[in-house]
Amino acid sequence: MPRRRFPEWLVLLLPAFIVIAAVVLIPLIFSLYSSFTPYKLTRPSTLWRWVGTYNYEKILTDAKFWAAFGRTVLFLTIALNLELILGLGIALMVNKVTWGQRTLRTILMFPMMFSPILVGFQFKFIFNDNIGLVNNVLQSLGSNTALPWLVDGKLAMFSILFAEIWMSTSVFAILILAGLFAMPRDPLEAAKVDGCTAWQTFRHITLPFLMPFIFIAMTIRSLDVARAYDIVQIMTGGGPARRTELLWTLMSRTGYVDARMGLANAMGYVSIILSILFTIYFFRKLSAARAELGMAG
Amino acid sequence: MTEVTLSNVVKNYGAHRAVHGIDLDIQHGEFVVLVGPSGCGKSTTLRMIAGLEAISGGDVSIGGRIVNDLPPRERNISMVFQNYALYPHMTVRENLGFSLAIKKKAPEEIIAAVDEAAAILGLDELMDRKPAELSGGQRQRVAMGRAIVRHPDVFLFDEPLSNLDAKLRTQMRVEIKKLHQKVGNTIIYVTHDQVEAMTLADRIVLMQDGHIVQVGTPLELFDKPVNTFVATFIGSPPMNLIDGIVRGDNAVELHAPSSGGLHGGLTIPLPSTARGRVSDGQAIKFGFRADNLMPMGHAVEEGGERTELDLPVTLTEPLGTETLLFTEVAGTEVQAKMYNPRPVRPGETLKFQLMLDKCHIFDAATSNAIRG
Ligand SMILES: Nc1ncnc2c1ncn2[C@@H]1O[C@H](COP(=O)(O)OP(=O)(O)O)[C@@H](O)[C@H]1O
Ligand SMILES: [Mg+2]
Repeated sequence: MPRRRFPEWLVLLLPAFIVIAAVVLIPLIFSLYSSFTPYKLTRPSTLWRWVGTYNYEKILTDAKFWAAFGRTVLFLTIALNLELILGLGIALMVNKVTWGQRTLRTILMFPMMFSPILVGFQFKFIFNDNIGLVNNVLQSLGSNTALPWLVDGKLAMFSILFAEIWMSTSVFAILILAGLFAMPRDPLEAAKVDGCTAWQTFRHITLPFLMPFIFIAMTIRSLDVARAYDIVQIMTGGGPARRTELLWTLMSRTGYVDARMGLANAMGYVSIILSILFTIYFFRKLSAARAELGMAG
Repeated sequence: MTEVTLSNVVKNYGAHRAVHGIDLDIQHGEFVVLVGPSGCGKSTTLRMIAGLEAISGGDVSIGGRIVNDLPPRERNISMVFQNYALYPHMTVRENLGFSLAIKKKAPEEIIAAVDEAAAILGLDELMDRKPAELSGGQRQRVAMGRAIVRHPDVFLFDEPLSNLDAKLRTQMRVEIKKLHQKVGNTIIYVTHDQVEAMTLADRIVLMQDGHIVQVGTPLELFDKPVNTFVATFIGSPPMNLIDGIVRGDNAVELHAPSSGGLHGGLTIPLPSTARGRVSDGQAIKFGFRADNLMPMGHAVEEGGERTELDLPVTLTEPLGTETLLFTEVAGTEVQAKMYNPRPVRPGETLKFQLMLDKCHIFDAATSNAIRG
């Protein structure tokens, strides 16, 4: 009698299963479990106390959490829209350039090559109210006041947005440029002959063709921005007085500063809903845009 | 009335000159075909008429108005592209109506024009499909429909049939011709296929290397080619050309291209049409079509000025009503036609008659035709 053996496919897949379990599944289950405990990093024994949905109930009524949640959604909306508009503009212009386009494309990628931490420091310096570049320029132009760029709530949000957009507009620009390169020339010429002005051609022919590329960029960036952390942490640390607190700065503060890991994990799970919703939304849009172009499948 | 006139039109791409100052007058309602080998500047010429390509020199006028600096939308032309160039995100209906919608025409007017075009081209069943859901032939029809809804002054076609299979191509060719008879607009049609040119054109413009070589009706180009290029480009199979040297007043000595006439060759009478136009010892190209070299007893016409030759058949291509025979005259492979064919074995020698009054004489040095 031959020994009972696992089927071959299972044996072959087993290493992959084990690795995925170790790096994804176990942390996932552990964090999910701990979100039902009052787990504090400073008192490990709390991991074994089950408190049910206490953390979640606390979050739902926590004004600070919802403020951060709302601020993140707002941040995401503004950043994505501005990046789209700027990225589209840059892509259209670069596409028109005939000389030195390669170099330009490479330069376009530069902001993406920096560590977000460094970008944070760079803009922290630029927007510093005493020694920062912006205020220096303003003052040399005759302004007497030093604007509190990183202290005033609205100005601080603006500064962070500025840094975020500076760093990531090229994601849109590059993806849209790829779309423009892939665009067939014939329909554009047909549109010209059909009587379109440059704007009408863009609006009715180019833009529909670019939509799938735009939604891919949107999906990538919405996931990116929803977990915005490094730039904010460096520039304002979520402060002052929580004026620039986003979901992830709040979570890390709760988990590592206050050491309330259970609560932080629960926040993580609630905020994941945000990312999932955005992803579903943009994927729907992406499929619809592809179906428009007859690319569905 | 919308004539299209090109006068001394030039196109340069950087240092490369793609179109060398061409002149052309196209009448209202005329079907003109620009034909020539790939890269000869047909598309460039058409695109300059369309306004898709800037004109480097000369003038293009449509309906008496110089349009050099007008964008395509102000020229009232429409164009059918080789790759159809349909708008992928629009249904057939939207594709057809797009040019009118852009002009902010009234919805009823758009619907009427679209329905009319759809009826002409038999697109009714396809109106709600996207281009991706259509076959090549259907896309081509939509592309043509899109061109006709606007009732343009001039239709421009750039190799509209070259992406279709042979059968569909023949079918669409007939449809294009019918379309022209129905709408009666001026059509400028580009193709590299001489059969399309012959079958469609009122007038053919044959181009080579950015120059116009000959303009004329299909039969003019077929019967009176101005040089060897036209002679071999138009007609299938291409015209047979044999090197020859004029001997005396009324004889031609045909010889193989490599021999240079040193070893003697086959001497035949000089066609009477060429007598007095060539001189003794002049190097020529002697041309005739397969239809003018026929085995005795299998010819469509007897009589006329002719000479008889005994030639070995090397290969046969039966085509049904006729058989194409490959044979050799003075060391040059030529093709002949056998009407009411009977089976012929390769190697068999037949007696042929060459219709001398249908032959063409070209000057060997210039390649130009010598005729009265
Ligand atoms: N955009 C372009 N840039 C440079 N050369 C071109 C361009 N378009 C066409 N040409 C050249 O011009 C010549 C004529 O091209 P075209 O009009 O497309 O030929 P065809 O008769 O096959 O349509 C060719 O030698 C081609 O290489
Ligand atoms: Mg071409």
